[in-house]
Amino acid sequence: MLKCFRADLHIHTCLSPCADLTMSPKRIINTGLVKKLDIIAVCDHNSAENVHAALNASRNTRLTVIAGMEITSAEEVHVIALFATYDAVHALQELVYENLTAGENDEALFGAQIIVNASDEIEGYNKRLLIGATSLPIKRIVDEIHRLGGLAIASHIDREAYSIIGQLGFIPDDLELDALEISSSTTIAAAIERFPQIKKYTLISSSDAHYLDDIGKATTQFTIEKPTLEELRKAFRDVGGRRVVAQA
Amino acid sequence: MKLTEIVKSCNLQLVCGEKSLNRDVSGGYVSDLLSDVMANCKKDDIWLTLQIHPNIVAVAKLKEIAGIIIINGRKPEAETTKKANAEGLPVMTSDLPAFELAGRLYNMGIHGTH
Repeated sequence: MLKCFRADLHIHTCLSPCADLTMSPKRIINTGLVKKLDIIAVCDHNSAENVHAALNASRNTRLTVIAGMEITSAEEVHVIALFATYDAVHALQELVYENLTAGENDEALFGAQIIVNASDEIEGYNKRLLIGATSLPIKRIVDEIHRLGGLAIASHIDREAYSIIGQLGFIPDDLELDALEISSSTTIAAAIERFPQIKKYTLISSSDAHYLDDIGKATTQFTIEKPTLEELRKAFRDVGGRRVVAQA
Repeated sequence: MKLTEIVKSCNLQLVCGEKSLNRDVSGGYVSDLLSDVMANCKKDDIWLTLQIHPNIVAVAKLKEIAGIIIINGRKPEAETTKKANAEGLPVMTSDLPAFELAGRLYNMGIHGTH
């Protein structure tokens, strides 16, 4: 039986240098519950080191956490990867780390990259330059996400910075994106009017939250059987009456 | 100014589009944001970029750009070369960074506003 689930599939944690220090897994989950969300995805820049903590922190709550990552391609396009398991996102993280801009994070310039556990205790700091880009072309990233069984979503396509349309002018036909994300700063109708090309894609809306207050600022309603990645995939593909309605 | 003169003077490596090298260049544009190129690059411009994605070919054709120079010693993706070849679009590479190459082109009389 199909039910409605409210999802915010793009939330950063305190591991992302640009995210607020209060973005720890427990606080994110509590905020998600307060905002009546059913599904969230944790997507840090070029790393998934807080995904495990977020998955654990969501146990015994009614909120489902999806394992995710926001990868920066060689063209400096942001792509969201969503997976059914931590192992899959971890496998992608290995490839991302191998191909990430060399250098150490400068906390004073970019912000801290805090690794925490499910009790919001600091476990360590990620020293990599997560703010940087990978040398992986966008097509390779999308193909790798699919090879690992994940879903690939182009981030905030209506923004100029780090979006596929901003960086590449238009969406290449050979790129097998599962959906496009519209940011909270516009509406679906306005985005379609500005970029008619996006009409043929499944559109979702997410908050891209870097602060607790932003969680749930934009959401997507999924009409699916249960809150799993497989069900999201089926919804993106219009299988069996499942629906995706962006609520920017 | 003809593209051939630019290739020679700036010591560019020609990737493809040999047959279109007698094309006239009337100005230049430097940008790595393809949406910006679509909005602001002019017909017959020479375009300097570090982007190597196949979309640069489509953008160059759309804007009737004279040719693309990929800077900093970067090489176009195989698919980019294939598409540019099919379109007869000149794609060149340079070991110089964009600032240096743009300066040289400016000194040769190619300007950004025309």
